[in-house]
Amino acid sequence: MARRTTTARKTGNTVLAWGVGLLIFFPILWTILTSFKTEGDAIAIPPKFLFFHWTLENYVNVNAQSNYLLHFWNSVVISLGSTLIGLAIAIPAAWAMAFVPGRRTKDVLMWMLSTKMMPGVGVLVPIYLMFKTFGLLDTRVGLVMILTLIDLPIIVWMLYTYFKEIPSEILEAARMDGATLRSEILYVLTPMAIPGIASTLLLNVILAWNEAFWTLLLTASKAAPLTAFIASFSAPEGLFYAKLSAASTMAIAPILILGWFSQKQLVRGLTFGAVK
Amino acid sequence: MATQHSRAAARLMISPSVILLFLWMIVPLGLTLYFSFLNYNLLMPGAHDFIGWKNYYYFVTDPAFTTALINTLVLVLGVLLITTIGGVLLALLLDQPMWGQGIVRILVIAPFFVMPTVSALVWKNMFMNPVNGIFAWIAHAFGFQAFDFLAQAPLFSIILIVAWQWLPFATLILLTALQSLDSEQMEAAEMDGAGPFARFVFITIPHLTRSITVVILIQTIFLLSIFAEIFVTTNGGPGTASTNITFLVYAQSLLQFDVGGGSAGGIIAVIIANIVAIILMRMIGKNLEA
Repeated sequence: MARRTTTARKTGNTVLAWGVGLLIFFPILWTILTSFKTEGDAIAIPPKFLFFHWTLENYVNVNAQSNYLLHFWNSVVISLGSTLIGLAIAIPAAWAMAFVPGRRTKDVLMWMLSTKMMPGVGVLVPIYLMFKTFGLLDTRVGLVMILTLIDLPIIVWMLYTYFKEIPSEILEAARMDGATLRSEILYVLTPMAIPGIASTLLLNVILAWNEAFWTLLLTASKAAPLTAFIASFSAPEGLFYAKLSAASTMAIAPILILGWFSQKQLVRGLTFGAVK
Repeated sequence: MATQHSRAAARLMISPSVILLFLWMIVPLGLTLYFSFLNYNLLMPGAHDFIGWKNYYYFVTDPAFTTALINTLVLVLGVLLITTIGGVLLALLLDQPMWGQGIVRILVIAPFFVMPTVSALVWKNMFMNPVNGIFAWIAHAFGFQAFDFLAQAPLFSIILIVAWQWLPFATLILLTALQSLDSEQMEAAEMDGAGPFARFVFITIPHLTRSITVVILIQTIFLLSIFAEIFVTTNGGPGTASTNITFLVYAQSLLQFDVGGGSAGGIIAVIIANIVAIILMRMIGKNLEA
């Protein structure tokens, strides 16, 4: 017996929810709108909502006045690079823990989670000095290394919860049918594991793209990803709202789109499988 | 069916992750601990004397430390309060039947995907700026003076920005939990004469407890090390009004080049994070087992 809902109540809900939703989304919408304004319109009081001179000049200017594409590329390399290396290290580990669990598997998992709780400032000084000594400051290699390490616990955990759901009976069935270990992995497990690996990849690219502690402190100009590049707009003398908005819109657009695809994985990934 | 052989293989597969994370934990942390007992400043090369607990003494007795500790607590608790209560209310709203539910959900979740430096700068300049910001315009429209958020209430402003970023996270997790609520249980309660309020208090809230604890735990871990939002908006100021522990350690080590003092601060930050983690784990331990 489904609960009946009156049209009036549904309309009320709709109006309220859309109102709240638009309010929460407004800063993003406003950034996107401002990116198409002239600098004059961008700071106009009263604010111009839709009726202004639409222009693409900010996008052109941001690319012309700064090395925007380089920073964009840095973000791509750092987020994708750290995630792929992290996956390469974590897949065997999560695999083994899910399919050959030992007595201490739970402890190892909890310990990995606890490394995630260590605040970055706890190791800021030695990492900074090591990077300085080995010439890793402001390099993409250095950042990929750090982000791989800080992402690793989440990657292992996420993969573990996905692999755990693959029924082990299917392995036994494959073995009964005479499958070798190689064909077992290639034809039975891999197809079942791919969705979980893909979700893990997606979520970690998002997290790495937005990471803003190490990327801000360990880069200057060459290896700075978008987080650090946008931060350079905080200097008062360089403040141009329309250009800031254009740079911001380009920085968040890819992740907003990826994020909308990853809504379901997001919950599982960020709660370490505690909420599904 | 784990044989001796497969156990060895499993150990081999796990070891790279474990070794890397172990090194990542132990080497830099050990160095931080070591530096924290040295009189080591990058501006004074050569001198690395062992000075015992002096760095800790100076760090803790600095008035900035007390301020930073209080700011950290206010920041974490403020954001937790807004996002948890707001998240429950929003999740309840989004769980109702309506038109365009999917789109509203996307609108609400979106802030979570915005990188911290972008959200902080957008709020700082386009909303909270006392001259050109939207809040100033609204204040003027109602005949009030514009309020200079980041100068007059820096910590509160940062709480607002961070809460905006984390509200989607709380909402999304609580909404997922709500949607797993058994509707038959609700109907049974309704038939037994339980009103909407009683159903909320005795069915919905107990069902959400576990998810709320998860939200609080995970957010606390991230909120203790808020950095970028402070870095690009107030730079910890005015004075130390919006400096948290993370920012204080950063300032000590990378702005004043005080390796020893910064390291002592870093160790104290780790201790604080551990205390919070242990308390939280204790508190939610029972909840998570269920």
